[in-house]
Amino acid sequence: MSLRIRGRRAIGVALLAALAGGCAADGDTAERPTVANATPAYGDTYIDSLLGDISSLVPTVTSDGSSHAVGSLIYNGLVRYDRNLAPEGDLAESWSFSPDCRRLTFRLRPGVKWHDGAAFTADDVVFTWQTIVDARVPSPYKADYGDVERVEADGPGVVHVYYRHPYAKALASWGTWMLPRHLLESYVREGRIREAPQNWNAPIGTGPYRFVSRRAGERIVLVANPDYWEGKPNLSRVVYRVIPSQATTFLELKAKGVDSASLTALQYKRQTDYPAFKRAYNKYDYPSNSYTYVGFNLKDPRFADKRVRQAFAYAINKREIIDGVILGMGREATGPYKPGSWAYTDEVKKYPYDLDKARRLLADAGWKDRDADGLLVKDGKPFTFELLTNQGNDERKKIAEIVQSELRELGVGVEIRIIEWAALLKEYIRKRRFEAIVLGWGTGFDPDQYVIWHSSQTGPDQMNHIGYANPEADEMLERGRASCVQSERVRYYRRLQEILAEDEPLVFLYFRDALPVVSSRIYGIEPSPNGITFNFTKWFVPKQLQRYTAG
Amino acid sequence: MAIPLLIGITFISFLVIHLAPGDPTELIGGDDPVQLQSIEQLRKLYGLDQPMHVQYLGWLKRVAFLDFGRSFQPDGRPVLDKIRERLPVTLLLNLIEMTIILMIAIPIGVRSATHQYSAFDKITTLFVFVGFATPDFWLAVLLQILFGVHLGWLPMSQLRNPMWEYLPFWKQQWDFVSHLVLPIGVATFGGLAGFSRYMRQSMLEVIRQDYIQSARAKGLDERKVIGKHALRNALMPIVTILGLSLPGLIGGSVIVETIFAIPGMGLLMVQSVFARDYPVIMGNLVIVATLTLVANLVADLAYGLVDPRIRVGRRR
Repeated sequence: MSLRIRGRRAIGVALLAALAGGCAADGDTAERPTVANATPAYGDTYIDSLLGDISSLVPTVTSDGSSHAVGSLIYNGLVRYDRNLAPEGDLAESWSFSPDCRRLTFRLRPGVKWHDGAAFTADDVVFTWQTIVDARVPSPYKADYGDVERVEADGPGVVHVYYRHPYAKALASWGTWMLPRHLLESYVREGRIREAPQNWNAPIGTGPYRFVSRRAGERIVLVANPDYWEGKPNLSRVVYRVIPSQATTFLELKAKGVDSASLTALQYKRQTDYPAFKRAYNKYDYPSNSYTYVGFNLKDPRFADKRVRQAFAYAINKREIIDGVILGMGREATGPYKPGSWAYTDEVKKYPYDLDKARRLLADAGWKDRDADGLLVKDGKPFTFELLTNQGNDERKKIAEIVQSELRELGVGVEIRIIEWAALLKEYIRKRRFEAIVLGWGTGFDPDQYVIWHSSQTGPDQMNHIGYANPEADEMLERGRASCVQSERVRYYRRLQEILAEDEPLVFLYFRDALPVVSSRIYGIEPSPNGITFNFTKWFVPKQLQRYTAG
Repeated sequence: MAIPLLIGITFISFLVIHLAPGDPTELIGGDDPVQLQSIEQLRKLYGLDQPMHVQYLGWLKRVAFLDFGRSFQPDGRPVLDKIRERLPVTLLLNLIEMTIILMIAIPIGVRSATHQYSAFDKITTLFVFVGFATPDFWLAVLLQILFGVHLGWLPMSQLRNPMWEYLPFWKQQWDFVSHLVLPIGVATFGGLAGFSRYMRQSMLEVIRQDYIQSARAKGLDERKVIGKHALRNALMPIVTILGLSLPGLIGGSVIVETIFAIPGMGLLMVQSVFARDYPVIMGNLVIVATLTLVANLVADLAYGLVDPRIRVGRRR
C-alpha cells in the first residue's frame, strides 16, 4: 500500500515539475572552450526550423520566408550586404556605374562553379534577368527591373546593365539570386518554369551548401559545398525542420531538437531566463527590417491638418508601447529608416510624450469644446475614428488598445476593428476606406521609398494609401532615386526624414528587435547591424562539442 | 442523383470561396513594397481578372477530365500532386487511431452495458467524457512538455528524427513509431467517448431483447451470449457510424497536425484557405464531398445488408 502511494506521488511530482516549467537535466558535460581558444573544425549538423514548407527553390518565383531561408544557402547574388549593411561583391568581384548612372557594369568572380560543375558566366546573369521579366514567369520581383533597358554579356566575365533612366535600387536589385541557364533555359522558353525539377528536388546554385534531399512538409537537408569559392563552410550539414506551430518550435528548442529559433519578446525575456537554457543557447538581438506605425487617411479633413497628427504623435507614448507590447525589445522609430542604416539620421523633430502640447495643438486646430462624454467637438461633431488592424497579429492589437486609451485621455474616441489580412487589404486599404490603421512597412537595403511617399503613388492599387503629398518630399524622393552616388543621396534622404518628421503623416512607432537564439556549441557568430547569419559559412562547432556525427 | 448534387456542392463552394474578400495575389509580399507592385501582372497570369462565372465554368470543364489545375502558390504544383503527397500520412494516422479507438471503445461499451451502474461503468464513463471534454491542443502541449521536454522519452513533433536518413534500418522503424505515439494518443483519448457510448447504448438495448433471454434459457455460456449473439447485433449502429466517418479519415485534424508538425491534409487545407489557394481548396472539397456521398450510399446499402427488415420492406 505504501509503495503504491509513493508511486502515485512520484507521478504527481513529475507532472507538477512539468507544469511548473522547470528544466530538464542538462546532458552537456564536455568542457567548453572559450571563444578565443576555440579552433574552427569541420563537421556537425546545424538544425534549423521553418514555420512553413518551402514553396519553391527557384528563387525568382518565391516570396515566402522559408524558401528564402533555404535558398540563401544554395544561391548567390551578384552583390550582398556586409555586416554594416554596406554592399560588397558576391558573385561579382567589383562593379561600377557610368557617370550618368545609366549603365551598371559588373566584373564577375572568375572560377565560380555551379553545384553540377558547370562554370558560372555572364550568360547566366543575362538569363536570370530574362527569366524575371518574362511575362509567363510569376515573379514578385518584376517591379525592380522595370527600368532596365537591356542586359548584355561582354565576354564570360563582364555584364553591362543599361537603364532607361537612373534607378537608385539598381545595385540592390542585383542581389537577386542567379539561376543556372544550362538547366532552366528550356523551361523558361516554353513558359513552364514552375515545372522544372529545380523547384523542389534538385536546385542547383553556386552557394555554400548543396541540396541533398527533401521530404515535403517535413524537412530539407543540405550539405556543405566543398568547392565553394569562399572556402568550404565549417558546418558540414544543415537540416531544416518544418514546424508550423511556434509553440512547438519553442518546446523543440528546450528539448534540443532544433539548434536555433526566433523567439517572441515574451519567450526571450521571461521564459528562457533559467540557467540550463542559458548554458545551452546564446541569445542575440538586433533591429529587424520593418517598423510598425499608426497611419491616418489624409483625405479625411480632420487628419489632413498637420497639427492633429502632431498632437497624436505627442499623445502616443512610444516608450510605453515598446515596453508594454514587446517588453522593451525594440527601438523607437523617428522615421522610415532603420537606425544604423546609412541613410538614417536622428536629427529630426521628435515627439516626446507630452499631453499638454498635444492638447494645445488640437485646440489650435479647432478641437476645443467637449461634449457630455468628454470627447472633443468641432462643428457639432465629436472626434471619434475607427482604427483598423489585421487579425492574428497580437502586437498590433495591443498597440491599438494602448493608442485607444491614450487618445481617450486627450478627448478623442477610438474604436478598434480587427479584420482578416486579405480582407483588410482588399476592402479597406486598397479602396482607401479607412480612417486610421496600425500596420508595418518593410525597409529594404536601399533607402528609395518612392512608391510609399511620392504623391504620384496614391492610386487605388498603389502603396501611398494614406494619400501623403508634399512637393518638397516629392523632390527629395525623385532626386534620391535618380542618383547612384551615395554621398549625394544621403543628403536627400536626410532632408526627407526631416520633412516626414515634421509632417508626421504616420506616427512612426518602433523597429522591433529580431530575437534569435542559437545553440551555444556553435562558435564564430558575430552579431552586427546586419543580423547574425551574414557569416554563416564561418560558424563552427569545436571538435569536442560536435553532436551529430553520423553519416 | 449524385452527380448533380456534386456539381451543386462545388458551385456553392466556389461561390463562397471567391466571395471571401482578398485573392491569392494580394497576400504575396506582405509589407514589401517591391513585391506589392507586381500584383496586377500576377492576377492576369492566374486568370483572376476574368468574371467569376467564366472562372467557374473553366474550372468545371477541366475537372470533368480530372484536371484539378495547379496551385496558386509560388510552387505552382498540380493540385493532385499536393494532395497525393499529404494523403498517406493523414490516412495512416487516422486508420491507426480509428482501430485503437474501436479496440478500446467496444470492450468498454460492452462491459459498461453488461455491468450497468457498476464501478467500472462509472469510472469509464467519467474517463471517456474527460477525454471528450479535454481540449486536444491543451492536452497535446502538456504531453509534449512532460514526455518531450522533461522526461525526454518521446519525440514531440514531426514524423521522423532530423537525422533519420543516417539511422540503421530497425532504428528508423522504431523512430517512426515513437513519433506516432503522442499524436495518436491525443486523438484517441478525445475520440473514445463517441464510440464507447454508442456501443454501451446499443448493447443495453440488445441484451433486453427476448432472443437473448432465450439464448440464456437454453443454457448457453454467458460469454457466448454476449460475445456472439448480442455483440453482433449491437455492432450494427457502430458500422453505420463508421461508414459516415470515412470522409473524416482523409480530412485530417488541423489542430493535431499543426501542433505535432505533421504534414497532412488538415494542414494543407487550412494553409490553402489562408493563402486563398483556390485550386487546392476546390480539389480538396471535391474529394471530401465525393467521399461523403459515397459513404452515404455505402451506409444505405449496408443497412439493407445487415437488417433483413429493410430488404423485405423494399421488395414489397
